[in-house]
Amino acid sequence: MDSAETTIRDRGLSYRQKAAALARLGEERIAPLHISRRTEELRSARVVCDLMEGPAPWRPRYILPDYEAYFRKGSEFLRIEAPRDLLGAVFALLSIYRQIPSITGYPVWLGDLDSLLEPFALPNESDGLAPEQDRILRMFMEQIDRDLPDSFCHADLGPRATRVGRAILRHQRGAARAVPNLSLRYDSELTEDSFAEEAASCALDCAKPSFANHRLFQADFDALGLGPYAIASCYNGLPVGGGSCTLVRLNLAAFASNARVSGMSPEDFISGPLAEAVASVLEYIQERVRFVMRESGFFESSFLAAEGIIDPSRFTAMFGLVGLAECVNALLAGRGARFGHDRAADELGMAILGEINRLVAAHRDPNLKASGGRYLLHAQVGIDSDSGVSPGCRIPIGEEPPLPQHLLRSAPFHGPFVAGTGDVFAFEPTARANPGQIVDAVKGFFALGGRYFSCYAADSDVIRVTGYLVKRSEVERLRHGEVVPNASTVLGKNAIDNLKVLDRAIRR
Amino acid sequence: MMGLVPGPEGAAVRGEVARILPFSAVDGPGNRGVVFLQGCDFGCGYCHNPETRMACALCGACIGACPESALSGGPGSRPAWDRSRCRDCGSCVAACSHGSSPKVRSMEAREALDELEPYRPFLRGITVSGGECLLQSDFLAELLEQGRARGLPGLVDTNGSRPLASLPRITSAAEGFMLDVKAWNEAEHIALTASSNSTVLQNLGFLARQGSLFEVRTVIVPGSFDLEETVRETSAVLAAARSMARYRLIRYRPWGVRPERAAALSEPDEDLMARLAALALAQGAASVLVS
Ligand code: SF4
Ligand code: SF4
Repeated sequence: MDSAETTIRDRGLSYRQKAAALARLGEERIAPLHISRRTEELRSARVVCDLMEGPAPWRPRYILPDYEAYFRKGSEFLRIEAPRDLLGAVFALLSIYRQIPSITGYPVWLGDLDSLLEPFALPNESDGLAPEQDRILRMFMEQIDRDLPDSFCHADLGPRATRVGRAILRHQRGAARAVPNLSLRYDSELTEDSFAEEAASCALDCAKPSFANHRLFQADFDALGLGPYAIASCYNGLPVGGGSCTLVRLNLAAFASNARVSGMSPEDFISGPLAEAVASVLEYIQERVRFVMRESGFFESSFLAAEGIIDPSRFTAMFGLVGLAECVNALLAGRGARFGHDRAADELGMAILGEINRLVAAHRDPNLKASGGRYLLHAQVGIDSDSGVSPGCRIPIGEEPPLPQHLLRSAPFHGPFVAGTGDVFAFEPTARANPGQIVDAVKGFFALGGRYFSCYAADSDVIRVTGYLVKRSEVERLRHGEVVPNASTVLGKNAIDNLKVLDRAIRR
Repeated sequence: MMGLVPGPEGAAVRGEVARILPFSAVDGPGNRGVVFLQGCDFGCGYCHNPETRMACALCGACIGACPESALSGGPGSRPAWDRSRCRDCGSCVAACSHGSSPKVRSMEAREALDELEPYRPFLRGITVSGGECLLQSDFLAELLEQGRARGLPGLVDTNGSRPLASLPRITSAAEGFMLDVKAWNEAEHIALTASSNSTVLQNLGFLARQGSLFEVRTVIVPGSFDLEETVRETSAVLAAARSMARYRLIRYRPWGVRPERAAALSEPDEDLMARLAALALAQGAASVLVS
């Protein structure tokens, strides 16, 4: 049976999941990109990987619409007027979400929901939302979960507390759903402690929101001339009104099993195989960007572009990396130094990361205007088939040091990842009694340069796999052969099996 | 019971420190560094860290018990503890029949705070606990004063056996207090802890009125004392003083308790805990936490 027939006959996929798989097969029949022999070799060795973007990138991988512009003007194409009240606002959002292309087929960014909707909020006596509005908001969040069953749909809150923000946290906490993924853009000077504690309590119950270091993200985006940012998909920091054409990753762990590399001195590795592989990734990203921007016709046919909801000059591209820990451990195998535990290993990790950052920062892509054609570094979370490859610069599961040491060691590795990185911590259920502890940990972590912090309680049904969320109960249903709506559940199940996600150290 | 070790004239006060914990979610609000001081004047049957009660008797019994050879010396002197070899296995503490530990360190307040320094960005403050920290009141005052100067305000976790009304240096340096009320009835308290509770109850009223009481705790051990009376009367004191202190009702659990003691004690069920929590609220406690 060919793969189209296998897909069609599959008893475990929903209609939408089959349609997406069949569309992908169509796309795979052409190969319009010019890829060098060297890059092809590195791709087949899994050192370089385009993360299932397909051989003919016909739309940007991640799109972050300027919803504020949409709210100001409405859309001619969609025949939607600028909303005047909360019901109109959620109707406008639900009308556009499915029109936003992405790698997953679902929108990867749903907007800064609180600042978008707060202007329409009517207070009740106790300064919460009026009951009817609370109901509209609750149903809006429920519809997102039903209509966009994909764990990479991401919405943002903060940095300031709002009625809408508090109501969303309350609804999420009660409902425990995997969709949408949520980030709180946290700034100790702007975010009220009580709001941050509500967010921490919510995270313990349903693994979201994560905390994003707002001050750091905004400073980095300002320095690169990129303007407003948002957190999309897993934890991808990208320009609002733009996005990322592509994400290609460098798998540093793939070097670990390479005989040529494992006997090498770190210096020879950095100047040799590493530099070569970085050059290949840059070349490959540039070719994919060229196709999206110049040949695909995407922007010419998109009403989002025509109506100013996205702007081609706000699109960048992401250079991803995974498996730093495994790479360092392999290079230092003779000395027995382990990443996350020994200073020498952390220093080598930093040297490798620094060199990648230097090479990426020096490269300019003539087809991109955003940040002058400079790509953004991203700590990729891995793909479900990865085994023995830790996301980004994370310390491998099973080797995590105690929480304070873990935070101290991880923070410096977050710096270069302007387009996102993150660490995930599982807490004892008793942490619920003191959400302030988590806020204090976040404050310290961000003060030390940490960029993104996620947590959940070890007994919660919704858990964070690597960057996205799944419901454990849904994974169990999948294991029993049931069809589940959320395609990410399959990824989560494989990652749980391959990356030992359920074996994370439990923090007190 | 033990006091502080007096230093030579003019030298900084030294304290006997049982343990320093850089990150705790259960010793006050937020994330706190905890300094446990050695020595306690109560003898609670359910003590969860009996090794913090006494001064070292210099018997040397723990030295041979260490599988990592982290302990050295011999009878007649304090065992030397090599922290770099210690794996925290607990064998030494299990081998000690004097309620002590070879891992107790004599330190200045500055040294203790220096150990917390790398974690300061994560900490809302420190908590000084024990043992019974008021037994080393000069050292405790130093810790609190120096901690505050470093941006680490300190909570004092105490059994309340020393009258706080006559320890103004402590009350002015502390951010707040956490107090154990182990039983209301004096005879029951004596049976439970081998000590009277009259000073404890004085302290309860004093701290509640002063507004510096952050938390009051009672460990719920069915059959060991009149649970209802204790919860009711303690809550009434808090209510009368309009204290905002939280009343924490702690389920007795056998972890860490000496096995011969644990056998005689029973654990409370959920129903009982809920009933006592409701009683505390009905009596006017500002908030109740069951843990
Ligand atoms: S806790 Fe440390 S000192 Fe004590 S026996 Fe174990 S290794 Fe030795
Ligand atoms: S710690 Fe205990 S066993 Fe060790 S020497 Fe002191 S009294 Fe003896």
